[in-house]
Amino acid sequence: MSDKISIMLISGKREQLQMAAMVASVGAVSGNDVTVFLSMNAMQFFTKGNEVKAEADGPIGTLLEEKNAPGFMELFQSAVELGDAKIFPCSMAVDILGLTQDGLEEFVSEPLGLTKFLDDASEGQVWTF
Amino acid sequence: MAERKIVDAKNTFCPGPLMELIANMKQAEVGDELVVLSTDEGSANDIPEWINKVGHEVLETSEEDGVWSIVVKKTK
Repeated sequence: MSDKISIMLISGKREQLQMAAMVASVGAVSGNDVTVFLSMNAMQFFTKGNEVKAEADGPIGTLLEEKNAPGFMELFQSAVELGDAKIFPCSMAVDILGLTQDGLEEFVSEPLGLTKFLDDASEGQVWTF
Repeated sequence: MAERKIVDAKNTFCPGPLMELIANMKQAEVGDELVVLSTDEGSANDIPEWINKVGHEVLETSEEDGVWSIVVKKTK
């Protein structure tokens, strides 16, 4: 049965980014209606040409890289391309970073305000990372 | 007999094998059989869960020398 899954992703740490990407991708390919709202330190990784690597928060984060786990950006892209997930950057974070939508990865949708996200998230599962 | 396509997803971790399988399933025809190879036991358990949830068919699961082989059929 499909469900609505709303994910708020604000962390810049690898473990949180990875877990959010896993929930988004597996949730989306299982027929759920997945929305990801990006803000705070998570935003930088979704800009075109980003070279900053997410820091590990602990030992698992280090192992994720050493052991060739699928990267979180790859998983988010799969969530969109294979499961029709929507990834919205927070309009505040876009403004504060001086970005335009052209500066963001192709699979990221247009900036979204918090009011709309909260409205969308009022039904179904809500996850925060 | 329908073509069996091998999806080699060895040496990656959950949900890598599942995503590789789904990407291949999208391109497959109804009735095609795919064999996903995984060295990740979590994926070997999770892939049949996904197949059952979305309504395709798991034909066979086996393990040899740490490589799980899951045969799935695209049914819709």
